[in-house]
Amino acid sequence: MENFAALIAASINSGTPLLIAALGLLINERAGVLNLGAEGMMLVAAIVGFAVAHQTHSPALGFIAGAGAGMLMATLFAALALALATNQVATGLALSIFGTGLSAFIGQSFVGQSLQGGSHGIPFLKEIPFFGTAFFDQHWAVYFSLLLCAGIIGFLYRTRYGLVLRSVGESPESAHALGYPVLRIRYFALLFSGACCGIAGAYLSIVYTPMWVEGLVAGRGWIALALTTFATWRPARVLLGALLFGSVTILQFYFQAIGIAIPSQILSMLPYAATILVLVLISRNPDWIRLNMPASLGKPFRP
Amino acid sequence: MLKLELRAGSSRAMAYLSPLLALCLTIFFGALLFLALGKNPLTGLQVFLIEPIRNTAAISELLLKTTPLVLCALGLSVCYRANVWNIGAEGQLIAGGLAAGSTIIFFDHPDPTLSGSMVLLLACLAGVIGGALWAAITALLRDRFHANEILVSLMLTYIAQLLLMYAVNGPLKDPNGMNFPQSKVFSSEYLLPHLMHGSRLHIGFIVMLCATVLMALFIYRSFAGFRLTVGGLAPLEARYAGFSSRRALWTSLLISGGFAGIAGAFEVAGPIGQVLPSISPGYGFAAIIVAFIGRLNPIGTIFGGLILSLFYLGGEMVQSRLGLPSAITGLFQGMLLFLLLACDTLINYRLRWKKS
Repeated sequence: MENFAALIAASINSGTPLLIAALGLLINERAGVLNLGAEGMMLVAAIVGFAVAHQTHSPALGFIAGAGAGMLMATLFAALALALATNQVATGLALSIFGTGLSAFIGQSFVGQSLQGGSHGIPFLKEIPFFGTAFFDQHWAVYFSLLLCAGIIGFLYRTRYGLVLRSVGESPESAHALGYPVLRIRYFALLFSGACCGIAGAYLSIVYTPMWVEGLVAGRGWIALALTTFATWRPARVLLGALLFGSVTILQFYFQAIGIAIPSQILSMLPYAATILVLVLISRNPDWIRLNMPASLGKPFRP
Repeated sequence: MLKLELRAGSSRAMAYLSPLLALCLTIFFGALLFLALGKNPLTGLQVFLIEPIRNTAAISELLLKTTPLVLCALGLSVCYRANVWNIGAEGQLIAGGLAAGSTIIFFDHPDPTLSGSMVLLLACLAGVIGGALWAAITALLRDRFHANEILVSLMLTYIAQLLLMYAVNGPLKDPNGMNFPQSKVFSSEYLLPHLMHGSRLHIGFIVMLCATVLMALFIYRSFAGFRLTVGGLAPLEARYAGFSSRRALWTSLLISGGFAGIAGAFEVAGPIGQVLPSISPGYGFAAIIVAFIGRLNPIGTIFGGLILSLFYLGGEMVQSRLGLPSAITGLFQGMLLFLLLACDTLINYRLRWKKS
């Protein structure tokens, strides 16, 4: 029983960075911006956050630095994709390639270094048998991600600003005609997404591993992008998807632990194969995607 | 104030000048980077850009690395022309390399059944088929289930990398290799013949040049190539003309996968000479930049390939001479693509001074 609780805890732990990143990406996609640079943003934030946490011995500062790094990367993307209205697919790819290079460059001297994990969890609640281990013995970022999800649901569907953001993603021309600053709104959406991807990246290097290896993010930025499609651009479903992917990642360790004779490399393919499977299942009906996708996703806008 | 102003029509000259401008700007920002890292910018640039081409031996290394870059970029150019966003050339290269390596290992034993050149031919064929099959998964899932090809091809890259790891730890592992995760070293008759004595440049380079010409003929002189380009530029018009978008998807992905696959086969049977856990330092991703720098034009990819190859060698030089991380290559790659995208704005817009 206690093993099962640990399994749940591990799934939540590995789903959290996906959740935070995908929620950020959801916001910029709802504003009509397709940002394929998530992997690059997360990588740069992961190493910057790690380096700061390593030097200052303060994980909190590491998280702040990670969020800042993500926002800087998002600004770089905005300078091209918004200000110069470049092709968003190509620009996002460029951001990912640049981020991969930059993180490897900064990280060269940190390869193999590790951080000490601190104690975390909610006092008293984590003492409860089963539930305490499964749900209340987590890093604060886990609870933050749940609040973030609730906050985004409230923002998107219950506030005026949420409505404006969605309208910018559906029809920037109409929003512009009504006098809303489309590009500024898109930039703010990107900044938010950068901060989220940054926190997610920092979580990976400061809490999840906690060490630095080149390419630490290992495709999680791309999986987070797939999650937004899987969730048909709805925050509650992002939460569900992130937990699902978290458990798939943990499943491989579980199989190894109980001694199933499948080579570890094959088991490591699980999250990637699951991403493909999920994309196939969700996309097989094109009308479904068309109904839910922000109508102007990926289309540059020039006022 | 400097303002962007829409041109009456897109500028053809600017389309060709933009990569040059982007390269100059990359070099300028590169100089700033060396300065920021506390090195003399001129020394830095000299080590990064000039040292790798100082003599013929060095140039042959440059051409050696250009080969996989151009081969992958040729295929990607076809994809991007057809508006098929295949970014998984790296995975297709790995699949091709793995297939070719397995073929050679299958035939490479003390009493050979086939001649060396026959095995090499089979290995290259296996590489093409391996790469094309890997790309076919993306095509199938896109065609049948409308799954996004960007994400699928990229996920398949991670899977291919893990498959390679599995192969060198399992079925392809050298039994006499002291448990290292690598295959045995191929016997010399199963390696691609070298073009010059004392250089690693192999016959694959000539194949690459021929492939470039063939690809130019395909794109500019064949009806199939025309259909692809129209489908990418104007999907509705292509549909009206009866050009099948499904056919374009399959054609472009299979071509692209085949080219990336043979690039992998050439790496394994060429400079590497065995199957290792890593057979490409990201050639498949760098090839995306090569394709864009080459303006999706086969002849252009040769120039793009030379530049990106130079960046790879430059990174190694900078590491050994200046003690900076060789990952600087990735930084230059990213900067080049960013600046190229920025400069491409000038194709449709011009800069004007405007008094505010």
